[in-house]
Amino acid sequence: MTTAQKKPTTSAMIASFADPDQRTTAAPFGHALNRLAEERPEVVGLSADLAKYTDMHVFREAHPGRFFQMGMAEQVMLGAAAGMAEVGLVPFASTYSVFATRRAYDFLCLDIAEPGLNVNVVGALPGLTTGYGPSHQATEDLAILRACPNLTIVDPCDSVDIEQAVPALADHAGPTYLRLLRGRVPTVLDEYDYRFELGRAAELRTGRDVLFVATGLMTMRALQAAARLEADHIDAAVLHVPTIKPFDTATVLRQIAGDRLVVTCENHTVVGGLSESVAAAAGFAGIATRIVAAALPDEFLAAGALPTLHDRYGLSTAALCARVKAEL
Amino acid sequence: MTSPTTVTGPAAAAGHHERIARLRAAATRIRRHALDMGEVQGQGYIGQALGVADVLAVFYARGDGELRLRPDDPHWDGRDRFLLSIGHYAIALYAALAEAGTIPVTELATYGSDDSRLPMSGMASYTPGMEISGGSLGHGLGVACGMGLGLRHRGNPARVVNLLSDGELDEGSTWEAAMACAHHGLDNVIAVVDVNGLQADGPTAGVLRTEPVTEKWRAFGWNAERVDGNDVAALVDALDRIRDHTGGPSVLICDTRVGRGVGFLETREKAHFMPVAAHEWQAAREQLEGPAR
Repeated sequence: MTTAQKKPTTSAMIASFADPDQRTTAAPFGHALNRLAEERPEVVGLSADLAKYTDMHVFREAHPGRFFQMGMAEQVMLGAAAGMAEVGLVPFASTYSVFATRRAYDFLCLDIAEPGLNVNVVGALPGLTTGYGPSHQATEDLAILRACPNLTIVDPCDSVDIEQAVPALADHAGPTYLRLLRGRVPTVLDEYDYRFELGRAAELRTGRDVLFVATGLMTMRALQAAARLEADHIDAAVLHVPTIKPFDTATVLRQIAGDRLVVTCENHTVVGGLSESVAAAAGFAGIATRIVAAALPDEFLAAGALPTLHDRYGLSTAALCARVKAEL
Repeated sequence: MTSPTTVTGPAAAAGHHERIARLRAAATRIRRHALDMGEVQGQGYIGQALGVADVLAVFYARGDGELRLRPDDPHWDGRDRFLLSIGHYAIALYAALAEAGTIPVTELATYGSDDSRLPMSGMASYTPGMEISGGSLGHGLGVACGMGLGLRHRGNPARVVNLLSDGELDEGSTWEAAMACAHHGLDNVIAVVDVNGLQADGPTAGVLRTEPVTEKWRAFGWNAERVDGNDVAALVDALDRIRDHTGGPSVLICDTRVGRGVGFLETREKAHFMPVAAHEWQAAREQLEGPAR
């Protein structure tokens, strides 16, 4: 950008969390689904009146006969996705995360997860990725879904993660939930020696002083924070945990052993998400490690512009750096 | 098996009459199976099972039922799917699956026991021929919608039947699914509503008024037939008309009587859990042996 960016101050529903000068990829989910659909004729798409805002419109335009509009009715969308899977199709069903989890949980749980069907639920606006307020901020979706048996949960960092996760989720025989980043999505992980592997955490960066254990878009922030902390002679490692369930306990336990400051980073309430997954893994294994949780507070969040809110609730890169320096 | 009715005249009329008689006999067998299972546990939703037995006979009677099934191959891709969203009616569906030959009659004695394939609430992972896990009401029609869409998409001519209760019409998700089936023109989906006028907290009319049921479905874009659900001939005629309906989904609304077929249960005070004393099961079976209705 050549002109100075005025800091956004809008609480609009659709907003970008990408930095102004960041490389991005348009609608990576929709394009990945299209590529998958070319190879697998059984792949179909559904949406609950939110195709346009979940990047499903890309699939709808390329494969109109394989897209099913279910209307603003998340319960029947997930029930119907289960019915489609029962007769041999591989559905991807998209809506906002708040509706997939809070509103339609019984259908996700009993129609999809209990029979172990290959239905892939795609939830947009996870955590704090809209400034629109609690009606659309899925700050507790991981907490709701982690307790659901059979369900695989993926929180991707960027467009690279999404592009590689989509075929992996379809290949996985059971049900999955993808926290969707939509629109112009940052492209970050192609600069690292990294490939998405379902169920596996990956060390993106080594470091002696601090270990960021991060998931979702917070991996991007952790990488930025680690780079900035170099100026303060703080050497920070980043472990990316894109699969929240099943949790890669072995890798996480191996990484948190030792005396580095462990900072978990997640775009989710501090209740029931990554930080408690790490704490539980450590506790159950008898490892006494203090964990600093960079997570959303256990409260209904304010409306506002995303940069403002990410600063306020500790998810911005600057907030992460300040947190580390305060804790060291 | 379904067979198109192409023969007309007196021979066809006689054949039809014989089929009705066979379906009535099947309904009596389903009632007897259900009473046997009820006696095993000393409880069960026997009132509902007796009430819905005629409906299930019309769908499941071996050789005469509406469903295209291969009893020894419950996963056959060409089968019609029968979705029991009212999981507590499992006792009735097990009786029907035994009648169809999908599960052995001898296995009914394990009903509700530990490690049985026949748990008290119907679950797909336990029982051959049980297509979905019901119990959380308001799920079946949505799954039926997806199956209907998926079967049509794949060019599979199988049909999808969802048995609901009138109490289940309280659930908003039932109506989400009703709108979706109609919007997508799913003439391969049939909803069957057992209107027995009774739900957990009492008579449906007092818990949450669902009438006018027929008009509601029609307003949602469904082809609706309403019949006496304990009149086998009326059920068969309605399903014949439904088979001829194209372009959208059909609903068969069945007014049934709780406890039907056993006089002293038909007149007993209506309850979601109808109490039956230990000595009454045999008396109930003996009443079934009476003249064909």
